[in-house]
Amino acid sequence: MIDITRNALDPQPITASVRRDSNGAVVTFLGTTRRTSEGKTVLYLEYEAYEPMALKKLEGISQEVTSKWAIQDVAIVHRIGHLEIEDISLVVAVASPHRKEAFEACHYVVNRIKEAVPIWKKEVFQDGEVWVGCQSHQHSQAGTRA
Amino acid sequence: MKVTVRFFALYRERAGTPQRTYDLPGGATMSHLLKEIREHYPDLAPPDVEIVAAVNTEYAGRDTVLSEGDEVALIPPVSGGRE
Repeated sequence: MIDITRNALDPQPITASVRRDSNGAVVTFLGTTRRTSEGKTVLYLEYEAYEPMALKKLEGISQEVTSKWAIQDVAIVHRIGHLEIEDISLVVAVASPHRKEAFEACHYVVNRIKEAVPIWKKEVFQDGEVWVGCQSHQHSQAGTRA
Repeated sequence: MKVTVRFFALYRERAGTPQRTYDLPGGATMSHLLKEIREHYPDLAPPDVEIVAAVNTEYAGRDTVLSEGDEVALIPPVSGGRE
């Protein structure tokens, strides 16, 4: 299961999708939205994706897992749109015959998503907002908007 | 030839539009297109920051030769937090 959705994420069916009788380990990672960022209080978040490319990249990461660990059972679902604090933004579930590979592969998937998938996150504060990761794009003399 | 340029996230906000069509001479490269885009939107990114781009949903370098109907996407830095 690979998907990008605007709906709330329920980890249970996503986890269930990777279970089968040959697997003895299932690792599910939840990415959740934090109340504070760099010492500031976050009111809510906006996620945006270039959906066709993001889906393709997520499929590619799933295939990387298959070739590195011979794991077939990977589910990745990313939520986009408006998220409140403590909402689930990402669910990654990986299952394998033994736990070591499932832990490693799940960690790998999450790291790869942060590197290669065109999905962006904006944190909105009382007094401003910031696209996370875009700090290198601040103009030196221009306004204070991050 | 016409190509569609899509702006996302920070770039969408700075350009003030999600997409725009560019009319380029045949054989134009990504480098040529990015130069035009920076002329239209000087505040898009600081001059010393390289703009990452994709063509038809694959990351593409400066030397990529563009074709009629291509969809070019400008990809601001992606980051979803620390390990």
